[in-house]
Amino acid sequence: MAKDMREPIESGCPDPWQYMHPTMRKNFGQWKYHEHPRPGVLRHVAYSGDEIWTVRAGTQRILDVFTLRKLCEIGDDLADGYVHFTLRSNIEYMVTEEARVAPLIQALEDAGFIVGGTQNTVAMISHTQGWLHCDIPGTDASGVVKSMMDELIDDFRNATMPNRVHITTSCCQINCGGQGDIAINVQHTKPPKINHDLVANVCERPSVVARCPVAAIRPAMVNGKPSLEVDERKCICCGACYPPCPPMQINDAEHSKLAIWVGGNHSNARGKPTFQKLVAAGIPNNPPRWPEATAIVKRILKAYKEGARDWERVNEWIERIGWPRFFEEVELPFTKYHIDTWRGSRASFNASSYIRF
Amino acid sequence: MALDKHQTPMLDQLEDGPWPSFISGIKRLRDEHTDGRINALTNDLLGQLEHSYETRKGYWKGGTVSVYGYGGGIIPRFSEVGKAFPKSREFHTLRVQPPAGNHYSTAMLRQLADSWEKHGSGLVTFHGQTGNIMFIGADTESTQHFFDEINEYGWDLGGAGPCVRTAMSCVGAARCEMSCTNELKAHRALVNNFVDDVHRPALPYKFKFKVSGCANDCQNAIERSDFAVLGTWRDDMKVDQDEVKAYVKAKGRQYIIDNVITRCPTQALSLNDDDTLAVNNRDCVRCMHCLNVMPKALHPGDDKGVTILIGGKRTLKIGDLMGTVIVPFRKLDTQEDYDEMVEMAENIIDFWAENGLEHERCGEMIERIGLANFLDGIGIEPDPNMLSHPRQSSYVRMDGWDEAAEQWFERQAEKAAG
Repeated sequence: MAKDMREPIESGCPDPWQYMHPTMRKNFGQWKYHEHPRPGVLRHVAYSGDEIWTVRAGTQRILDVFTLRKLCEIGDDLADGYVHFTLRSNIEYMVTEEARVAPLIQALEDAGFIVGGTQNTVAMISHTQGWLHCDIPGTDASGVVKSMMDELIDDFRNATMPNRVHITTSCCQINCGGQGDIAINVQHTKPPKINHDLVANVCERPSVVARCPVAAIRPAMVNGKPSLEVDERKCICCGACYPPCPPMQINDAEHSKLAIWVGGNHSNARGKPTFQKLVAAGIPNNPPRWPEATAIVKRILKAYKEGARDWERVNEWIERIGWPRFFEEVELPFTKYHIDTWRGSRASFNASSYIRF
Repeated sequence: MALDKHQTPMLDQLEDGPWPSFISGIKRLRDEHTDGRINALTNDLLGQLEHSYETRKGYWKGGTVSVYGYGGGIIPRFSEVGKAFPKSREFHTLRVQPPAGNHYSTAMLRQLADSWEKHGSGLVTFHGQTGNIMFIGADTESTQHFFDEINEYGWDLGGAGPCVRTAMSCVGAARCEMSCTNELKAHRALVNNFVDDVHRPALPYKFKFKVSGCANDCQNAIERSDFAVLGTWRDDMKVDQDEVKAYVKAKGRQYIIDNVITRCPTQALSLNDDDTLAVNNRDCVRCMHCLNVMPKALHPGDDKGVTILIGGKRTLKIGDLMGTVIVPFRKLDTQEDYDEMVEMAENIIDFWAENGLEHERCGEMIERIGLANFLDGIGIEPDPNMLSHPRQSSYVRMDGWDEAAEQWFERQAEKAAG
């Protein structure tokens, strides 16, 4: 008989109260206003008069325990032993007096971390697992992000954009990276290559058939074996069949490309949240530094920085100047592939006489 | 025995440049860690990753791994090229639920680091896209040992697979003046009611809760959660007219007109001749823009609560969907208020579990069966706040109109009577 196994304690999500900076606990729900004294620093003032000065820093996100302990050491020495992580994996330290901010920034920068990422910066790129750990990735998110942040570091350190810029990456079309002002996502361009010897043993065929968004997959006998076949005229090369059926290999060294999307905005401020729109595709998936994708992102950022008004996010800027001028300014081709063919696509057509000249 | 280090010429190029390098971090584990197991494991991990960079392909495959008593919470990874890289052949990720709002003491982070280097690779991310702490890289046996150890001091696995997933909430009331609700309490009340559905995947597909304290929605709740809770208020926003004047003085009238008044999505603002602000609170949609621009002058009202949207999700399978308003406003003050919200979540998950197809998100089910049928299924009455505008198509059978209209007037009368 197997030795007794330990029953799990199903404690779920831990109570954060025990890990929260004491000044934040004391003033919970009692904050009055905030200021942005410099990039990477926020000053929150409570009705009690208490203050929290937050210093935000970017890291490599995939942390080794040495780096994690270094971050802890800085927190122990200079920030009361408490930290907070943002949605975009930045670390934040909280102190209660302005005088403690400069030493904290110094220590973080000395250790190689990048202070910034607040307000009108290009925030840390949110990213997915990629070749390091995902089972279906078309690229390596960590490498793309590292390469891009090397180039965009000044826009992380300085808050000189019209509004905040959120960039996301995704290693497949499921789009775990989510919506961003700019999104760099894998876009497959060829149907899956099927290893018919393996399908029957590895894949639950009805659920693979059901997974296809365009009903392009059907059961078939191939070389006397039960398998699946793809109607390549219908196939949209999305890769949805690949996770439930690894013998339907979608990733291709040459034909899995990168595409760039813009204008995703999660906030309700000024307008309802928006989804990102395709602007560029066919970009080579080119490790280890993906220079072609970074070059396009930089062109978009430059045009946005020069052209947008204060508080306009990328989607609002384009809505004002119009898509023709956007394509002109970022020097990207407009093609038939920009015309949506999916459900609801008609709502994206211009049914008016509104034309900018 | 000296480690036979894999050559990694492509990865080495990711050590250049000013941004912190994850490759340098993995190499530190390979070269400097005192545990030979971690040196060998990260060496083979680098070898496999270099191979991916060379061939532009991933080499991890899924499988079935969990801890005793659970069915999920671990992302199993087995290498397809394990012969060449045997020490990282099994490289599973444990998804661990963070404290609501992502607060940590350094003492706790150190304790987690100590446990993790004892059992795993020493690589960790705060946090993955769902919101979990990602402990990346443990073999099958070690996942149990690591879980047993951290579970004893307060940490539990999150969701993986078709189940209720780890939830997320913003920093909120802990540090933000925009906060309109107790995000931490809402987060924990919701997800911790479903621990069984987190740990034992048995739903049609994933189900995510996210809580943002205001309409700025820093947690991307509307866009990427099945059950989005957003703080809001229903009385008048608070205006400190002296501070408004101070902003006008500091920034100039034109700046305030161009960046506050004309940016209001419902034209609810006007700048008076004496540089005070007039707000039409009946037209205001609580979008947060003017509060963002003038945080000293403008604040949410006192009658706070939440708006709940259902059905947001990413691309697979029918395309990206935003959540839809299902509860325009509800109070979240008393325990009873929280219990009612949790009960509503139970109703929604039960209805979806019964009616959703395999691998169909809640929002996709709503798209398939129609919003009206969904509302009927979960026992919530239709409300014009749920729509951008009423129907455009006349192609619908409406012979139940009189009854529905009567019900509307009855509900309005009930509401008026309190």
